[in-house]
Amino acid sequence: MTIDLEMAEIAKVFFQESREGLDVMESGLLSLGATADRENINTIFRAAHSIKGGSATFGFAEVAGFTHGVETLLDEMRNGVRPVTAEAIQTLLQACDCLREMIAATEAEQPLDQVRIASLNGDIKHILGEANEAPAPARAAGDEAAGTHAASEPGGWRVRFEPVADLLRLRNEPTRMFAELRRLGTMVAHADTSRLPLLDALDPESCYVSWNIDITAQIPRGKLDEVFDWVDSGCRLEFTPTGGSAPVAAAPGAAAQPQAAAGDAWSAETKAVSPNETKTVALAEAKAAAPADADRSAPGGAPAQKASGDSGSIRVATEKVDNIINLVGELLITQSMLSSFADGIDPNDLDRLRQGLSQLARNTRELQESVMQIRMLPISFAFNRFPRIVHDLSRKLAKKVELKLSGEGTELDKTVLEKISDPLVHLVRNALDHGLETPERRVAAGKHETGTLELAAFHEGGNIIIEVRDDGAGLNKAKILQKARERALVAPDQDLTDEQIDNLIFMPGFSTAEQISDVSGRGVGMDVVRRNINDLGGHVQIASKEGLGSTIRIRLPLTLAILDGQLVRVGKEIYIISLLAIVETIQVARERVNTLVGHTEVFRLRDEYLPVVKLCDQFGVEPDSRSAEDGLLVVLEADGKRVGVLVDDLLAQQQVVIKSLESNFKSVAGIAGATILGDGTVALIIDAPGLISSAAKQGVGAVAAHAA
Amino acid sequence: MSTAKPTAGADKSAAESSEQYLTFMLAGEEYGVDILRVQEIKGWDKVTRIPHTPDYVLGVINLRGAVVPILDLRRRFGLETIAFGPTTVVIVVRVMSGRGERTVGMVVDAVSEVYNVDAADTKPPPDVCGTVDTVFVKALVTIEEKMLILLDIDRLIGNSIADELVPGAAVA
Repeated sequence: MTIDLEMAEIAKVFFQESREGLDVMESGLLSLGATADRENINTIFRAAHSIKGGSATFGFAEVAGFTHGVETLLDEMRNGVRPVTAEAIQTLLQACDCLREMIAATEAEQPLDQVRIASLNGDIKHILGEANEAPAPARAAGDEAAGTHAASEPGGWRVRFEPVADLLRLRNEPTRMFAELRRLGTMVAHADTSRLPLLDALDPESCYVSWNIDITAQIPRGKLDEVFDWVDSGCRLEFTPTGGSAPVAAAPGAAAQPQAAAGDAWSAETKAVSPNETKTVALAEAKAAAPADADRSAPGGAPAQKASGDSGSIRVATEKVDNIINLVGELLITQSMLSSFADGIDPNDLDRLRQGLSQLARNTRELQESVMQIRMLPISFAFNRFPRIVHDLSRKLAKKVELKLSGEGTELDKTVLEKISDPLVHLVRNALDHGLETPERRVAAGKHETGTLELAAFHEGGNIIIEVRDDGAGLNKAKILQKARERALVAPDQDLTDEQIDNLIFMPGFSTAEQISDVSGRGVGMDVVRRNINDLGGHVQIASKEGLGSTIRIRLPLTLAILDGQLVRVGKEIYIISLLAIVETIQVARERVNTLVGHTEVFRLRDEYLPVVKLCDQFGVEPDSRSAEDGLLVVLEADGKRVGVLVDDLLAQQQVVIKSLESNFKSVAGIAGATILGDGTVALIIDAPGLISSAAKQGVGAVAAHAA
Repeated sequence: MSTAKPTAGADKSAAESSEQYLTFMLAGEEYGVDILRVQEIKGWDKVTRIPHTPDYVLGVINLRGAVVPILDLRRRFGLETIAFGPTTVVIVVRVMSGRGERTVGMVVDAVSEVYNVDAADTKPPPDVCGTVDTVFVKALVTIEEKMLILLDIDRLIGNSIADELVPGAAVA
């Protein structure tokens, strides 16, 4: 796959997201009319911010520039500097429409509607209180022209305007001209519909209507010619001065001049009031602006190609898929319930029952796997856009950066993936903007002039971890603390640990960037990052060493996942350990167990000493036996550390549906989640890395470090 | 829905100013929870214990596919524990928390009645209360010469679960 193709894929995502963002902005603005609450403005602002960021990333400078104005206006509203007026809302809504068209035009690689952009930009600047003495060029030109001609004129004109059928296909809009005429004086137009065919014979893109227009205004003939200048080759025109003079037949002019930009500008304004119902109603109602625009600006050419990404996939409400997943999960539970029931049944029927059950088991599992697959996507979908972002940003910031990606194949739930993309972009931008230093500073600090930015994804316990690591300057703790005190996020006398200070950057409204740029610094980033991650039931943390860099660690729960689990028994309790974490299971020989300083036991496995974690002590359960040689030692590995976990017995291996403990309770150290066994009881899933670290807290870790 | 004591006012005023409470017994006292929050009442059944939790968290159960924690209210309020008997029930309630709605079960001695309680009749709890931490008490009300303790279950459950996060498990 070439870079260009890849970029096109990613750009498509951007266009899609921007449209969603615009929808959000639009509905936000519409509800803003009733209640001007801050949260709503924030939502609109964030949507605008994302569009700006994305468009800047892809090099759509015009979209980014335009959005910047919109964003500035929203920012002032958000900060309460600017009152939320109906006029401002109206302008912003128009800006949304304009942006939608800009994005459509950009996607279809059509020229942008400069006039409209300039005019809306003017409106926004006007609201922002900046001088705006330059109205839309087209209008200015028209006004000037009006001033130059002031010759002899009759009291009015009657115009007979008979366009040819493909007037519209030549992208001319009669209403545009009517609007122009109306500016000259009182205008009454009578539509002559005698040429209109029956509906079944009607070509919606043809113009069948002609007009008789009466204009009451003292204007020279030249003014009228000007209005019809663009269409004079495509129509029959007759001008009759009302006030005595004889009719003057207008000779068809030379070549029609394509004036795409100005033409589009007017058509946008007159779309809704066009008398040609068949075409313009369809246009005005067409929600996707792209085909309509392309139609207009590419006469007779290729019709705009429909978004090609739609082929081969259908959009299904997430809810529905979730429902299926839940049902299939239940099915699995039922199946294992039946399996355990089968053990106590009449031996004669047993074989057939077993056969049926094993088939059921297979089908159920396959069904579940394929349903689960619907939702899982490799994280490369999110990662793939970063090389370009990093490339562009580092050039813009004049920094040298090497991007390292790892674990792109790690699969993530689609919802999680979608929601994590934006936060990741924010984090990467922040790392580049604030984290990594310029080559000069890096060399001065004794580092290689090229900075490293790493994005890594991997599984850990029942979680997926995404890390964004840079080897930049790290966080300036003093500055963060000062800023936090300024903003009263921290009481003046409050003492904070380094870790707490670092994590202050996730507070709302916190940004230490001196200059607001389109890279970062408005303070939307980090608090939204944390909120998005928390909403996913995840957790984000930053660890930073001044001068050495920062690591942002996002822990996301593996929701909806199933796990290949080993059931183990300790006393009366049954726990589940992920098969992925289990290295091996061994029977313990007495002479291989030694006791270190006091009562910590280590076990010698070949040439390695493993600390022994007694699950019974960890979880406060009464075991069958406390001595190692009566039980089994399950060797677990996580984070590069190994421990032996002592259990009473190994039971079956089975796939289990992970149920969150947090949804109704809270996270518990050493427990990754829960599941429901065949008999309907709940069993806890052991979080291997968590167990190892909580064991470390009780002093076993010191030994682990020794042994390793 | 049957009510033990219909209020004097018309239906409309009853709907506006009074709320229905499900009451239950706990160590001889009668407590009330907003009936709209009660999802179901079920018998006591075996739970799966959860390590590293306070003693009043008895464990979790499978409630039609959801993992629901069960709290022992006697232990939560520091009352003397008794053996679970035939009247012992689990009241499953929905509570609001910062992260959305939670479903939690509370073990109580027995369910009692459903009362209409007029907001005007309620009294704020006295500052000092013997056995129950008063922050969990929304109000007191006298009905049929009995004192009813109306609980603020959002606060009670939220405090019992969220405020006791395992150290190091999360950074606020």
